[in-house]
Amino acid sequence: MGDFHNADSDLDRFRFRIAIAALLVLLAFGVLLGRFVWLQVIQHDFYRTRAEDNRIALIPIVPNRGVITDRNGVILARNYSAFTLEITPSQVDSLETTIDGLAEVIDIQPKDRKRFKRLMDEAKNFESIPIRTRLSDTEVAAFAAQRYRFPGVEVKARLFRQYPQGTIASHAIGYIGRITERDQKWIEDVEQTANYKGTDHIGKIGLEQHYEFELHGQTGYEEVEIDAGGRALRSLKRIPPVSGNNLQLTLDARLQEITEQAFGDRKGALVAIEPSTGGILALVSNPTFDPNLFVDGITPENWKELNEHPDKPMINRTINGAYPPGSTFKPFMALAALETGKRTPNQAIADPGYFNFGNHQFRDDKKGGHGSVDMYKSIVHSCDTYYYMLANDMGIDSIAKFMAGLGFGQKTGIDIGKDDSGESKGVLPSPEWKKQRFKKPEQQKWYAGETISIGIGQGYNAYTPIQLAQATATLANNGVMFRPHLVRNIVDAKTGEERPVEPQPIRDLGLKAKNLEVIHRAMVGVTKEGTGTRAFAGAPYTVGGKTGTAQVFSLKGADYKAGAIKKELRDHALFIAYAPVENPVIALAVLVENGGFGAQSAAPIARMVLDYYLLGKLPAGAAREDATAVEDDHEE
Amino acid sequence: MIDVVATFKRGMRELIVHIDFPLLLITAAIMGVGLATVYSATYDSTHRMMSQAANMGIALVVMWFVARLPPQKLMGFAIPLYIVGLLLLIAVFLFGIKVNGARRWLSLGFTRIQPSEIMKIAMPLMLAWYFHKYEATLRARHFIVAALLLLIPFALIAKQPDLGTALLVGGAGFFVIFFAGLPWKVIVGLIAAGAAAAPLLWGMMHDYQKKRILTLIDPTTDPLGAGYHIIQATIAIGSGGSFGKGFLHGTQTHLEFIPEKHTDFIFAVYSEEWGLLGNGLLVFLYTLLIGRGMMIAAAAPTKFTRLLAGAITLGFFTYAFINMGMVSGILPVVGVPLPFMSYGGTALVTLFVGIGILMSIQTHRMLVKK
Repeated sequence: MGDFHNADSDLDRFRFRIAIAALLVLLAFGVLLGRFVWLQVIQHDFYRTRAEDNRIALIPIVPNRGVITDRNGVILARNYSAFTLEITPSQVDSLETTIDGLAEVIDIQPKDRKRFKRLMDEAKNFESIPIRTRLSDTEVAAFAAQRYRFPGVEVKARLFRQYPQGTIASHAIGYIGRITERDQKWIEDVEQTANYKGTDHIGKIGLEQHYEFELHGQTGYEEVEIDAGGRALRSLKRIPPVSGNNLQLTLDARLQEITEQAFGDRKGALVAIEPSTGGILALVSNPTFDPNLFVDGITPENWKELNEHPDKPMINRTINGAYPPGSTFKPFMALAALETGKRTPNQAIADPGYFNFGNHQFRDDKKGGHGSVDMYKSIVHSCDTYYYMLANDMGIDSIAKFMAGLGFGQKTGIDIGKDDSGESKGVLPSPEWKKQRFKKPEQQKWYAGETISIGIGQGYNAYTPIQLAQATATLANNGVMFRPHLVRNIVDAKTGEERPVEPQPIRDLGLKAKNLEVIHRAMVGVTKEGTGTRAFAGAPYTVGGKTGTAQVFSLKGADYKAGAIKKELRDHALFIAYAPVENPVIALAVLVENGGFGAQSAAPIARMVLDYYLLGKLPAGAAREDATAVEDDHEE
Repeated sequence: MIDVVATFKRGMRELIVHIDFPLLLITAAIMGVGLATVYSATYDSTHRMMSQAANMGIALVVMWFVARLPPQKLMGFAIPLYIVGLLLLIAVFLFGIKVNGARRWLSLGFTRIQPSEIMKIAMPLMLAWYFHKYEATLRARHFIVAALLLLIPFALIAKQPDLGTALLVGGAGFFVIFFAGLPWKVIVGLIAAGAAAAPLLWGMMHDYQKKRILTLIDPTTDPLGAGYHIIQATIAIGSGGSFGKGFLHGTQTHLEFIPEKHTDFIFAVYSEEWGLLGNGLLVFLYTLLIGRGMMIAAAAPTKFTRLLAGAITLGFFTYAFINMGMVSGILPVVGVPLPFMSYGGTALVTLFVGIGILMSIQTHRMLVKK
């Protein structure tokens, strides 16, 4: 090996080896080409026959989607079978001509054509798209007679989703719709692609989306022999599908219905929870919508109407509306004061009707003040001055820490939507929050004056109705907090085997019994001798409650006169309640947008819900606004 | 005004000065064919095709950056890249994640990486650097050291087990040693020893690897298991005939008979729809690619660039030959994608790092000349 380092011969040797390599490459590719000629020319007939025999197709059999029922077995979502007329666009020369031809045989409306166009834009390639749904038997027969005229068009039996209760609980149940590109990606991400072969609908919002993979079931297959044109000749093997699981809810559909009626044309939300489990009894967001509109593809007109309606019916106010809690915040503030030792129950303040901080005067609703106010009176008569002072004494950090424990400003984890992406967090104000929220340094600073109005549930405070209901339920349950949930049991459709959704205690706040006692007593006082008296007059059970009014429109010095202000700017009315106080089985939060005082419009709805749930008493009509309450109870 | 034009011209020149257009055009042609075939293979959603197009964009940008690095700089990467690659392979051996029975991945918390991919580039880089450094004093012991540098990563990858990647990495390393002048008698000796050791190797193989070789000899012994892939792929190719069944009209593909049809078995999809004519065109394109690579290697100015260019070029050949060979049933099924055709971002980026290196060697040589 002596001549390794002769540069010239080294280069020559390299080039020689390159040439050798090139020859080997050509030789190897030659072998490959030889193999291709063998397979594709010499053996072609053999393999062509094999490929043609190779026509065993796997036809997916879509499983029945799980049924959703309320806690008493009332059906909220089910399936029914109907015939649809479907076109496979890739097998049709001219769509226009085909549809015009079909219109001579079967009634096809302009709205059907519009929907077809929209579905075609969203659809995956090569699949068949319905031009008409729910054909009558006559129509099926009429088409069958003319079928030869329409290659690429067929009648298919499909299962349709139906929501028999219509608009009731639509925000909780959600709806299904056709699978779009984005849904397809979701399916791929969770590695369900094979199981969704043949499935063309998927949960879009609500429970239908959250429990999609429980409800869907396992797709079955039929192995069939098909001819060259793709038509099935005979079935070889059948693996039946496994139906999706049924959902049994904690929701009471009748309670839900009555409550929705009580709201009438008013906007708002109500969440009622079973405190000992977190099970949701009613989840009302008003106005609602009809989920049936979405099932076979919503028409553009309907979509436009729902989306552009000023009352925004598509928004789920219970988890996506964030509102200042107003005076319903006060019991939680009082509890915080007791737990942190900032106040004793008997410690009283002298309320002159205002609280001065720096140059600013924070006013109480009651001119001249409430006189001497202890904790009981502060809740029963909803004294603002007491809470201005308390907030100032506690400081924002201490308030934020305690309220975070009650779940304020955090997602509750309710089983609606995909994971928890559909739920809003609201705003639990704190110096850290402000730092993150604002960009400019002067806006990022927390001012001590900003703490004052936090005490009465105003300022930056903004919580979702479900957070308020959860906090109320936690209070009713003496500090043990549960995750709010809508599904009680997941039921196997075939065996009936129930898989209960175990109540999940999130945490025990470890509240002192004597402190809880003070708050419970004061909240009973609200409904017996305070701001909620009128709404609960004559109730045969004990109720803990609190009224609240959330400012929408900031008044500068002027008195609040509801009639003088446009309806959109009127205050939101709130009420929280739980009953019976000795052993609460229901806790709730009500919010009526632009409803004015809490005692006036929110408390009567709460009364009606409790009357129905505890006594089975049906309301005479919808719970009306209690107009006279304004004069008596405006001191909240 | 003139300044603007001059700046623009200079900018354009900067943009393309390190691009070798023959290489770019050939790879673009193969990728075009690949994209159409991915579309056909995954025709119920365009999602894969779009994401493969995005992969191509990323890979081309990577290529552009690599092509700008002068070979001197590339040489600087040889040792660090090799050591990092080796350490990661050891880490995979110790703490790798098992997926489908093979330990190939390393979790970084937010993402997973496949370190054997780094070795596809690091191995030829390292060995080319090594032979370049000892160019003037080359002795037999240098070949022994080189063999060790080759065998350690090879063994670690084969042990994962990932025979396909081990062959590609081992091949790239062997090509460097071959071009560096491994004596013919040693090569002949190795082949003889290999033949003698075959029974021994057979004993060391995993059961599934043995099965693959057995089913290659007679696929009908296992028509529903390991033989299924080969049978269905050969039916697809054979039924394609001289001119193919036409784009999107492959029955084997669209009736779901071809496994892994957008990745390792994409050639079966292509071959069914475009026939012998299409196959001929594809093999021709690969021949052009390899020919261009060899021209660059033959003209390369230093030992390092020569060996590197030669090894990378033959690497492309190994990829293409093993893949088409296994899909058409003359080689056992090992996990090797078809270069520039198969779906997959990582492999594509690695391939274009190789193309970038070839471009760098070619264009920097021409700049020196000027």
